[in-house]
Amino acid sequence: MTTGANGRLPTAYLVPGSSSFTEFLSAQAPALLPSGRALPPGAAVDAPHGTTIVTLTYPGGVVMAGDRRATMGNLIANRDMEKVFATDEYSLVGIAGTAGLAIELVRLFQVELEHYEKIEGTLMSLEGKANRLASMIRGNLGMAMQGLSVVPVFAGFDAGTGIGRIFSYDVTGGCYEEHDHHSVGSGSLFARGSLKKLHRRGGTLDDAVRTAVEALYDAADDDSATGGPDVGRRIWPTIGIVDDDGARFVPDDEIAPVVDAILAARVDNPGGAR
Amino acid sequence: MTAGMPFYVSPEQLMKDRADFARKGIARGRSVVVLAYDNGIAFVAENPSRALHKVSEIYDRIAFAAVGKYNEFENLRVAGVRYADLRGYSYDRSDVTARGLANAYAQTLGAVFTQESKPYEVEIVVAEVGTTPDTDQVYRLTYDGSVADEHGFVAMGGGAEQIETGLKEQWREGLHLSEALALAVDLVGADPAGGPNRELTPAQLEVAVLDRDRPRRTFRRITGPLLERLLSSDDPTRDAPPADDGADDHSARDATTNPQTQRPDQDGQPE
Repeated sequence: MTTGANGRLPTAYLVPGSSSFTEFLSAQAPALLPSGRALPPGAAVDAPHGTTIVTLTYPGGVVMAGDRRATMGNLIANRDMEKVFATDEYSLVGIAGTAGLAIELVRLFQVELEHYEKIEGTLMSLEGKANRLASMIRGNLGMAMQGLSVVPVFAGFDAGTGIGRIFSYDVTGGCYEEHDHHSVGSGSLFARGSLKKLHRRGGTLDDAVRTAVEALYDAADDDSATGGPDVGRRIWPTIGIVDDDGARFVPDDEIAPVVDAILAARVDNPGGAR
Repeated sequence: MTAGMPFYVSPEQLMKDRADFARKGIARGRSVVVLAYDNGIAFVAENPSRALHKVSEIYDRIAFAAVGKYNEFENLRVAGVRYADLRGYSYDRSDVTARGLANAYAQTLGAVFTQESKPYEVEIVVAEVGTTPDTDQVYRLTYDGSVADEHGFVAMGGGAEQIETGLKEQWREGLHLSEALALAVDLVGADPAGGPNRELTPAQLEVAVLDRDRPRRTFRRITGPLLERLLSSDDPTRDAPPADDGADDHSARDATTNPQTQRPDQDGQPE
């Protein structure tokens, strides 16, 4: 499928111009686009949904964390799903909404950023990345109207100013810059309240990681679709960090003590830190 | 013979004329050397430009090097990136191979050579670094679509024959990166007319490697102080350090982009 007649590269491949992989894909293989599905009108599809993502800044970077649960109606579809992804060296995306569609969208976004980097020979600006993601969400509006919506949150390190920045989206592809913290997904209402009370502008990275886990705990406490820390199976939230050194994930053996401390502090004190 | 009447040109003559035309164009350019070293494949080009590259990344383990007309090989490079990214997106990243890409390039160059008004004046190398030196693959493609599967080293462009002679004598398996670069730079700077060697400074060189030990994207440009250290004979630096470019071992750049298997420690990828 990637070569034309006689095995030669199709003429469209050799045309100079666009450095967008999504544009190339929509011209060459539109069926592979996340929005390339044809849905019967009016049909409602029951598909797994990802739930809560929280993200907050600290001086010099940004932390993003997500619970591990995916739900389908009243069922838990998956208890160890990853919903926070590194999209390139300096950015992270967290997704809420229809899981299958969202993961496909993230995969396309990752290729989009790497494709641009290879063709242009330079990294895309942080705003450029945020806008590319917005246009991909916009392309998904038809799906969203049939109940298959994807709501991502994007965070990255701005090398120019040396700070972490957060961008939120709505289903129509609107892109808004958020300050200090943001949360998306079914438990976001509770997580946002928690973040508002606990976020400190001058805090350290460790403070930010702890605040993120507290906020996810608060979300899981009141939203049945958000998974709390699974002590029996040792399944912890996914926690991504992006700063000057690039994007990376906090390893499980560093998350476990944070979770254990929070669980211990909540015994006889269900409201948690304040 | 009456003016305006078309001459008969035999197919042999036509192909020979096109080949001569392409060869002349390629021989005018400066040369590029591709050579294997113990931890990967190195690319050395004489190229004072920082922006117009002769060596580029195609995919995780695949790189592209070219000589000849810039606009023509740049089109081929972009086509290669599109081919690789589309293939990797629709199948899996491990399904993108240098062999597949070399075939697509060969068909393209061959078709342009016989069907279009002028052949591409380019010569290219598609190289893929394997997990061990015996699994490295280097393909050289010429303007007419011929493919050669090369072992150890390739030289292209003006003075290529002389450089290949030098490589035949001096290249051996298991060279360190610093030794491989010194050899390539020495041969690229040699005067084809037999005069004294030109001393090439790091600013006149474009150097890149496919580093076998990097976890995902193995391509890396070598510039500035690191290149100076590698080329200096009294500096002990023999290889590019793994974390020199500011990316630590768990950098997202190194993880695979399949969102569900992006953490190297969870899917059995080398750390």
